[in-house]
Amino acid sequence: MSKLLMFEKPVGMRDTLPHIYETKRKLKEAVEKEMRSWGYRFIETPALEYYETVGEASAILDRQLFKLLDQAGHTLVLRPDMTAPIARVAASKLLKERVPLRLAYSANVYRAQQREGGRAAEFEQIGVEMIGDQTTSADAELISLLVSVLKKAGLKRFQVSLGHIRFTDELFKQILGTEERAEYLRRFLYEKNYVGYREYVKSLSLSSIDKQRLLRFLDLSGGKECLEKASELIEGQAGREAIEELNSVYERLEEYGVAEYIKFDLPLVSHMSYYTGLLFEVYAEGVGVPVGNGGRYDQLLEKFGRPASATGFGLRVDMLIRALDELAEEEAVHCILFSNERRVEAIQEAAARREKGEAVLLQDVNGVEDVDRFTEAYASVSFFLGKAASGKGN
Amino acid sequence: MLTIAMPKGRIFEEAAALLREAGYKLPPEFDESRKLIIEVPEENMRFFLAKPMDVATYVEHGVADLGIAGKDVLLEEERDVYELIDLKISPCYLAVAGLPNTSIDEVAPKIATKYPSAASAYYRTKGEQVEIIKLNGSIELAPMIGLADRIVDIVSTGRTLKENGLVEYEKIVDITSRLIVNPVSYRMKDQEIGQLVSRLSEIISEKAV
Repeated sequence: MSKLLMFEKPVGMRDTLPHIYETKRKLKEAVEKEMRSWGYRFIETPALEYYETVGEASAILDRQLFKLLDQAGHTLVLRPDMTAPIARVAASKLLKERVPLRLAYSANVYRAQQREGGRAAEFEQIGVEMIGDQTTSADAELISLLVSVLKKAGLKRFQVSLGHIRFTDELFKQILGTEERAEYLRRFLYEKNYVGYREYVKSLSLSSIDKQRLLRFLDLSGGKECLEKASELIEGQAGREAIEELNSVYERLEEYGVAEYIKFDLPLVSHMSYYTGLLFEVYAEGVGVPVGNGGRYDQLLEKFGRPASATGFGLRVDMLIRALDELAEEEAVHCILFSNERRVEAIQEAAARREKGEAVLLQDVNGVEDVDRFTEAYASVSFFLGKAASGKGN
Repeated sequence: MLTIAMPKGRIFEEAAALLREAGYKLPPEFDESRKLIIEVPEENMRFFLAKPMDVATYVEHGVADLGIAGKDVLLEEERDVYELIDLKISPCYLAVAGLPNTSIDEVAPKIATKYPSAASAYYRTKGEQVEIIKLNGSIELAPMIGLADRIVDIVSTGRTLKENGLVEYEKIVDITSRLIVNPVSYRMKDQEIGQLVSRLSEIISEKAV
């Protein structure tokens, strides 16, 4: 490896400079306020967790984990998401308090990137988890909150796509019989390889009706009408229940008045094994990757010794910023330049302005080489220079 | 509006012909244009020309909604994009080739290729450990000059292999060009993309008959 230059950062690590920071701060404030106003309580968890616990339970691929060792030789991970740490806390402490739980978080997560630039290895996620409520009301509340949060964040054009992994599993199980073949097809969906999916289906020895069912499954996306088409493809109780769940969530979303942002996408498989029911991804115009995702994960809490149903979503703050039409303006700062003789006067003036809520910067004129260039950056300037008490200006 | 990344070279002409057959009115200068970006306002489309290997990268990052890329590129790059339809154009295949009547070094067989990850994945599934040497072109040279025991490359007619005295040992996978789509565009522009997909699918199945 070549010697590192002093300005270099590890792959995927980014700095946040003032103008982005300001946009990020405003966006987070708006989002957090909305989450709190729906009764979600914020928590924090440590950045380092054990690999054997949170690392293994996490939905993030093993090769994306940053791993390190502690003094005792345990493998640690930098938390790759917040869902697993929250499940750990909920299982060990909070669930004893009361059920169901509504928790929120805003924290940096870490995912090693092996490829070239363009992908962040550290980014902030903001999201909520609802633990211990298996009703579709919980799912609907979550998605409505999601839509509400995105609006408050200032996003104009966005969409939430809903899928249901139990529908997919049930359809595959009915037609294919074996878990192995189902796994194969699921992987094609996960890899978004519809060509491979079709070829594999055609290669199977199935009746042409069953092949058609599997092929038509890929077209099950769009508005509410696709649920009817879905029910034509499926037989049996479990599959119907999944559709019934989607139906009932959709009806509730209509009641919340957010159905216009919702589409169905039944072939959506965001993860090979993590989700257990409803799942969704969030897309915003102008951003090439999903700004967030979520769903129901009823088996995670069990890994921490306390089985409970759970559902949640996480949004990527950096992607939300990219989805905004414009960055927030930095707050106007008033600049006071003073010389030694009038320092006291300048300090008093600054204190008085700050008291009124202004942001005020105090600068000793002897510390500045080029006064014009320095003052350029500020909205307004006053001077406390020389001996006279009347040298005030803008 | 849809932005489409087109591969320069071999696939381009066939892809442009296919789009025309599907009823898209592409300007005549489309084919010999040296411009990198071509606007087609009548169709509400914008095309840009990229290196075939880079098409999937543009689509993954979302600067192109769609792209036309060979399966070889998709195997090699493993980008997070939808592989939506097989356009059945530019057929060829990925194969292992080498000098005739030679066996490969048992200790550290060397494989030269333009597709290091696809080649390494292939040998892994075969349970063989090999050393991959990445080259950027004229792969046939490697066994002739003694750089590698075998090459992994795309073969369309087999003429290049033959002219250089090489023979094909194994066929790895069939390759055709695919329509790929950015996952967000696939949802946010579902109407426009759906229309393009059904027009293209229609033409492709007509041709298959």
